[in-house]
Amino acid sequence: MGQIIQYIESYLKTKDLTPGAAGNMFWALVYILLIFGGLSVAVIAMNWLERKILAHMQVRLGPMRVGPHGLLQPIADAIKLLLKEDIMPTEADRFVFWTAPLIVVMAAFTVFIVVPFGPTHAVTDMNIGVLFMLGVSSLSVLGVVMAGWASNSHYPLIGALRSSAQMVSYEVAMGLAVVAAVLMTSLNAEGTGTLSMIGIVQAQQAQGIWFIFKFFPLGAIAFFIFAVSMVAETNRAPFDLAEAESELTAGFHTEYSGFRWSLFFLAEYSAMIAVSSIAVTLWLGGWLRPFPNLLSGPTWDLVFSLFPGITFLLLAAMCFFNAARMPKHPMFRIQTIGLAGFGMVLGLIGLVLLLPAVRVRVQDIFWFAAKVAGFMYLYIWYRGTFPRYRFDQLMHIGWKVLLPLGLAVLILTASVALLQQRLWHP
Amino acid sequence: MTYQHNTLSHLELEAPEKPFLDSNELVINMGPQHPATHGVLRVILRLDGEKVLGLECVIGYLHRGVEKIGEHRTYTMFNPYVDRMDYVAAVSNGLGYCETVEKLLNVEAPPRAQHIRVILAELNRIASHQLWLGTHALDIGAITPLFYTFRDREEILKIYEKYCGARLTTHAFRIGGLQYETYNGFEKDVKNFLTFFRPKIDEYEELLTTNRIWVERTKDVGTISAEDCIALGVTGPVLRASGVKWDLRKAQPYANYKNFDFDIPTGHNGDTYDRYLVRMAEMRQSVRIVEQALDALPEGPIIAKVPKVMKPAAGEVYHSIEAPKGELGYFIVSDGSTQPYRVRVRPPSFVNLQALDVMCRGELVADVIAVIGTLDIVLGEVDR
Repeated sequence: MGQIIQYIESYLKTKDLTPGAAGNMFWALVYILLIFGGLSVAVIAMNWLERKILAHMQVRLGPMRVGPHGLLQPIADAIKLLLKEDIMPTEADRFVFWTAPLIVVMAAFTVFIVVPFGPTHAVTDMNIGVLFMLGVSSLSVLGVVMAGWASNSHYPLIGALRSSAQMVSYEVAMGLAVVAAVLMTSLNAEGTGTLSMIGIVQAQQAQGIWFIFKFFPLGAIAFFIFAVSMVAETNRAPFDLAEAESELTAGFHTEYSGFRWSLFFLAEYSAMIAVSSIAVTLWLGGWLRPFPNLLSGPTWDLVFSLFPGITFLLLAAMCFFNAARMPKHPMFRIQTIGLAGFGMVLGLIGLVLLLPAVRVRVQDIFWFAAKVAGFMYLYIWYRGTFPRYRFDQLMHIGWKVLLPLGLAVLILTASVALLQQRLWHP
Repeated sequence: MTYQHNTLSHLELEAPEKPFLDSNELVINMGPQHPATHGVLRVILRLDGEKVLGLECVIGYLHRGVEKIGEHRTYTMFNPYVDRMDYVAAVSNGLGYCETVEKLLNVEAPPRAQHIRVILAELNRIASHQLWLGTHALDIGAITPLFYTFRDREEILKIYEKYCGARLTTHAFRIGGLQYETYNGFEKDVKNFLTFFRPKIDEYEELLTTNRIWVERTKDVGTISAEDCIALGVTGPVLRASGVKWDLRKAQPYANYKNFDFDIPTGHNGDTYDRYLVRMAEMRQSVRIVEQALDALPEGPIIAKVPKVMKPAAGEVYHSIEAPKGELGYFIVSDGSTQPYRVRVRPPSFVNLQALDVMCRGELVADVIAVIGTLDIVLGEVDR
């Protein structure tokens, strides 16, 4: 017990270090658990949101039956999946079949160790953070290929082949875009760049510009390349060839069902969140609040720090509004109460977030999450809008469009940076 | 022109002298349980990686013996059965059958009946094309158009429901004319639909026509030349997209299509994109036809004098109409009794499906899906 208090004290004293960097294993563990829980909630929320938003784009209602406005649908689905019969094809390679989803899930969750939700809100700060993230997240290809191979069936095999080819080729363009961003971090007096996720955000803070606007339009193009490749990397529409429903039934996870399938599902969504957080960290200023230059000063700092609480209060108000709009039928009593209760919880969270002690520590996380949420919305929007690319067209874009573009951006960024240093800071 | 099909019979597939570990070819059964084969079509694909070396369609999973049933039913009793063939264009099926029997009986439906037939059949063409568009886009990966087309198709089905009580398998027509007079407000409903629907076509086109991915996925995919189309007997929008201006509504006018002014949209390349454009244009033409038919809707009887018990004189007749999917023909042999001696249906989907192999050779797996979608087959009609 004394040990734990000591840990807590030591954490509260070190305010500018992540638990990992401070060597505080207890807090690191707490962070890991928090991130794991938060991610699971995010995936559940994303599941509901995707179905709802997609439904509204497609002039329908989406889930409406389980809980108010279908809020409990993801939970009902999770229970259904867990209770399903565990089917393993007789011809499958049992061990590989069993490990494939584990590898995918592990790869998708491990990357979050280095994701900086705030200057101190990360499990640890590695000096090779970006490399670590790219490396570990590309491990999921292995799981996909294993799943396709172990199923011992044609569709999963084709799906796995497509998926591996796709992920490998888009990683090249993605890497080039990342290098362009990393190059921008070295534009300081010492000329030292960094690969650390926290360092990259701090570099943007120091230079007073998000890298998406740096050397306009070079930063924007690099961001665009990354934004396209990350969709391909996560196998989402319009690059969802690996699980193209109308062609390969379900692609590499055709033979998976129940819990194992839900692991793939979990991995897919957390991978989406992971690549989105890389994009946010590299180009959109990570945890930094918007307009730090235009709207600076203590007053604006205060206003922006109120955003998290106000957002939750607005969500709560929406819940109350919709609860009041529920049909006044006895059958809807429970749903109305449930929605109002959900609103109460959100409202309470909002009020807590307004407390000065809390809001200072939490606003970083809020801005980070808000930016990632923007990407999540884009993912859903793509899915509702675009048809699917064909395999050769996908390769064409990856190798013949994005790769040269990435190289050009990299060279141009380097040249412009060099010129800038020579001409303006001789 | 003859076609040398490299057929993959079942025996050939299981031939023992197949080389061990042949890494070049992959044989895949696509269907009968597959999300994109529009029912229960089974396609045996022979692949080299993703490239299609050849394919063979296995049909018959939905065979219900409609033609045989016809031999055991009177002419009137068989009428509802034809609706079950192409169930997304049931009205057209009924129109073809009724007109064929009328030709056999030597009667003609009164003008008012013919006008209403044209209105309902053209609405059905729109509904069928809407369903094609939705599922075709869904196959290519655009999931949203499906819901838009279904939303708008609903309005047509509502008109059918109000007219004859059924939405899908309508049995709207009778031999000699119609059973039901139009309901109060029929004309208004159809007019409202037309004004509602015209901007909707633009909405569909906005989603797809200039969509980069859509164009890339459909341009030069599943190309078929006009000669191949004619040699294979392919009809309908597929033939027209290859540049042949052949539409039975103009070529051998039935009902009273000769009174209406409309164009036959044609394509040039015979690829999937052209077929898409042709069908979109056909929807617009159908709107034009319905509009004219509504404006000139004559008064008068809705059914000609036909005997209660139909006993056509012995003989045979072939009559075909332009169904949404192509030439739908009925060949009926009468032996002078109350039941047809033989009913033979020439279904457009069945004949068009033959072209699948020609269109898919050398393309990729994803294109097979696009081509099945663009052929617009209904397995109920293929198998009968």
